[in-house]
Amino acid sequence: MKISYYPGCTLKTKAKNLEEAALASLAALGIECEELPRWNCCGAVHSLAQDDLIHHVAPVRDLIRAMDRGSTKLVVLCSMCYNTLERANAIMRDDALRRETINGFMDEESDYRGEVEVVHFLELLRDEIGWEALRGRVKVPLGGLRVAPYYGCTLVRPKEVSIERGGEERVFLAFLEALGARPVEFSAESLCCGSYQVLANPQAALGASQAILESARRRGAEALALSCPLCEFNLSRRQGELLEAQRIASGFPTFYFTQLLAIALGLGEEVCRFDLNDRASRELLIEKGIAACETALVS
Amino acid sequence: MPIKISPKTMKHGFIERIMELSGQDIYRCFQCGTCGGACPMSAEMDRVPRKVMHLVQLGLEERVRECGTFWTCASCHSCTVMCPRGIDLARVMEALRLLTLRKSINFVEPSGLSAEVIGGLPQIALVSCFRKMTG
Repeated sequence: MKISYYPGCTLKTKAKNLEEAALASLAALGIECEELPRWNCCGAVHSLAQDDLIHHVAPVRDLIRAMDRGSTKLVVLCSMCYNTLERANAIMRDDALRRETINGFMDEESDYRGEVEVVHFLELLRDEIGWEALRGRVKVPLGGLRVAPYYGCTLVRPKEVSIERGGEERVFLAFLEALGARPVEFSAESLCCGSYQVLANPQAALGASQAILESARRRGAEALALSCPLCEFNLSRRQGELLEAQRIASGFPTFYFTQLLAIALGLGEEVCRFDLNDRASRELLIEKGIAACETALVS
Repeated sequence: MPIKISPKTMKHGFIERIMELSGQDIYRCFQCGTCGGACPMSAEMDRVPRKVMHLVQLGLEERVRECGTFWTCASCHSCTVMCPRGIDLARVMEALRLLTLRKSINFVEPSGLSAEVIGGLPQIALVSCFRKMTG
């Protein structure tokens, strides 16, 4: 089985800390996957209008490229890309009329019928490694760090594309447990952070982010684990505005889940790019003895 | 504010267009208000989604256009997964946005954004916002 990897635009620029930690972890775990040699922006959001097929073409092109490489799986890190690619994939797999129209429009590409499985990185870890085996690979357990897994919207809605399959196990919680952290369930785990309203209606988006940070703190979490660069922007980089307006009492650390993975696997801070995180996040790891102070504070 | 309803105020073409674009039967809504309770942005809306659904059912196109509800929607699908009548409200909000955007009217004007704002945001913020807020 061959696995392709789709990074998406933001991971190559603003969210290098999401990508670099993930790729180093994959290599350490011995999972082979190849970045698509050519890929385009997935469109970031799924088009919801019945008559709009043209916006599905971009994600479908990426899926076709994965199929043409002989891949059966396409692994995605960014939550928004995951959602957009998986929803487009569902159309090509399940909707004969739309599939025919889209395939007909793309006359130079191979016909596509949903052959490639789109998986989020957390699902890949569950399916290729498994939580028990992952626990066995951990060299630097996260020392009971109380981490609240923030799913946001696009990993779990709509339910057809949710990374949670229902039942006892919850993938994000099981992941954090395997790393030696203490996952903290909180009521705002899948509330919206404000998303793209950061541009159209920034104050409304800020209120949405504030509610999430407060909810996690009330439950005793010390940090949030994230999977989406837009959530990261709203929940981390905009904390300065919340602090200035005295809407939160102190900074709240946030990490990409892949950074926690790389640290736990003992890969060192070099691959984690903590220089792209806020100061409070780095300081928390130092305080917990998980990161060494000299290198972590260089930014 | 009382709403005046008559055969003249009810824009059937508007109702049909929204049903066509969204693929949703808006008459299924029985006004329970679950959508507004689930919506993380409802405090910022002049009219909660339930009221918008009612105005659409009544074909009051101008009243719907006047409210900013669908411009405040972040397409998070909280309403969609909670609706006890199985209505995908995110699609209805998209249809309402498209009635404006397809006339090449932008709600967010990209040329009005400063280089500083654009430079600071992750690409997915720009792409997603332009996809939902520009024509």
